[in-house]
Amino acid sequence: MTKRRRVLMKGNEAIAEAAIRASCDAYFGYPITPQAELFEWMARRMPEEGRVFVQAESELGAINMALGAAATGARVLVSSSGPGISLMGEAMSYLAGSELPVVVVDVMRGGPGLGSIGPSQSDYLLATKGHGHGDYRVPVLAPSSIAEAMELVATAFELAERYRTPVFILADGILGQAMEPVEQRYRDPPRSEAPWAVGGAAGRPPRVVRSLHLEPEALEAHNERLQAKYREIAGGEVRWAGERLDDADLAIVAYGTAARVARTAVARARAEGLRPGLFRPITLWPFPERELAEVASRVRGVLVVELSAGQMLEDVRLAVEGRLPVAFHGRTGGMVPTPDGVIDALRRLEARVRPAWTLPLVEAAALDRRPDPDTFSLFGDDAWRPLETTPRGER
Amino acid sequence: MSTTPATAVPRVVYRRPELLTERSTHYCPGCGHGVVHRLVAEVLGELGLGPRTIAVAPVGCAVFAYDYLALDFVEAPHGRAPAVATGIRRVRPDAFVLTYQGDGDLAAIGTAEIVHAAARGERITAVFVNNGIYGMTGGQMAPTTLLGQRTTSSPAGREAASAGYPLHITEMLALLPGVAYAARGSLVDPAWIGRTKAFLKRACEAQLEGTGFAIVEVLASCPVGWAMTPRDSLAFLRERMMAEFPPGLLIDRGRSAVSDRPED
Repeated sequence: MTKRRRVLMKGNEAIAEAAIRASCDAYFGYPITPQAELFEWMARRMPEEGRVFVQAESELGAINMALGAAATGARVLVSSSGPGISLMGEAMSYLAGSELPVVVVDVMRGGPGLGSIGPSQSDYLLATKGHGHGDYRVPVLAPSSIAEAMELVATAFELAERYRTPVFILADGILGQAMEPVEQRYRDPPRSEAPWAVGGAAGRPPRVVRSLHLEPEALEAHNERLQAKYREIAGGEVRWAGERLDDADLAIVAYGTAARVARTAVARARAEGLRPGLFRPITLWPFPERELAEVASRVRGVLVVELSAGQMLEDVRLAVEGRLPVAFHGRTGGMVPTPDGVIDALRRLEARVRPAWTLPLVEAAALDRRPDPDTFSLFGDDAWRPLETTPRGER
Repeated sequence: MSTTPATAVPRVVYRRPELLTERSTHYCPGCGHGVVHRLVAEVLGELGLGPRTIAVAPVGCAVFAYDYLALDFVEAPHGRAPAVATGIRRVRPDAFVLTYQGDGDLAAIGTAEIVHAAARGERITAVFVNNGIYGMTGGQMAPTTLLGQRTTSSPAGREAASAGYPLHITEMLALLPGVAYAARGSLVDPAWIGRTKAFLKRACEAQLEGTGFAIVEVLASCPVGWAMTPRDSLAFLRERMMAEFPPGLLIDRGRSAVSDRPED
């Protein structure tokens, strides 16, 4: 097979183009940093393809336009960032209740409130623990590179249509704004049948797309059906990737941009005599809890690294169930953890969990540690290689 | 005295429109929604639009419109029907798209959505039932509640100093070049119901002509929410509501000569 040409693409634009190549019928958006290029790419490209682009009056407008379009069986994308995603919470609940497939890209920025336009992972809890009202879950996909983001766009449409559910793609300001060389590898997943979609009741009984079930028995039955669907997703759609976990005695858990920093930290820490590995959830919901528990059974400590004050940390602690120490290293507000910061946290964790009989290798290694190169690279030297992913269903 | 000849053929003078289901409504005695549902069913039936209509139901008393109108329906979050309809409209250019909203839904929480759908000139026909009150939640003040009108959230009567003035949103929308048609009807008596039906028909034609957004506001009574008998509520509708919100045609940009102004 001939190698595809690699082109330099900005994350926001790559996500947008991946959606177009995945036969996205309609995009509805509203300007917000740091996802504006995604919106602008769609403004130019969707009409070129004869598809629908609407600049809505607000994110409320955008997500409800998506609701209407999805109700007809169309393949729909919306995107925004924290403040706009917050506004979409109302309709996310309706989409879940009405079981409508819409893919929502959140290019996360610093919060709370207007916060900042810098990169952040501060929407983890929002995305995974219930964005709007009611008992529902939304599959959340977290790419760690631009190439992976492009692939996960197609996956998101597949999951959305297979399970009739909104799906989140949780990116961050760095993934949105950075440029990486990527292969022009796109996927256009086949469409699921939509026998529920509205289109005019010609020659068939009318269809209603709704979330209202006023009778308690009916709503409970609806909820039980939703919960069964969520169990099915949790059972079959967990995705994660591991690196250097086979001989690791410490595990870093990180997703998205934080995983890129953590990967660099793993490589450098190993050069210093520490033995960390990287556990990278790709689905944040369903969270790979059994997989992480298995890894946790083979290491002495876990370090969670996030661009937040510690949100995924809660899921990691639930998966580890108190069996071993779980440390946290995070930066907020648009600040990004550095590999050095991660290594320092690893070293503190190592000191905490080191068996009494171990020689003081870490201190010795620390003396040898070279200072940071002058040309500091956020991701480190090998960061542009796409991370290996675990195929669906494989554990 | 003459008797009916044995050979007389029965003549149908009144029947359930095909697009109206046989289910009896949950609406209160004297409520206007049932009449508006019937008008919508009649107009869509007469224009042959039923099989290609996608309707959008609001949050409020009329959320169950899909139980009474035999049409494909999408239920919108509170106030968002025009945005939902925009999404439908754009991906289904062949469909006939109808929204049905009350005054709390359209004129309060959904103000941005209705204004911008109208400003974009979306080819949507909006049915806007204005009874001056939040009916489903028990009769609270709406943006359309009249000054001095008592509701459960304006127990001393609506005061302009604290609660502002009734919102004339259909007049506001009529200013927008994207609006092809805007009119206000009333359910106060059979003559006005007939005119309201004519407005609705014209608003549907505007969508078929592709000239832009169309809206028909329908003044309706809410006897239970207003704490009146149905008869008193019709008197209130005529004397107070129709004085504040004068019914009639507001704009028909699809027609150069305005000829069907009913009251002139």
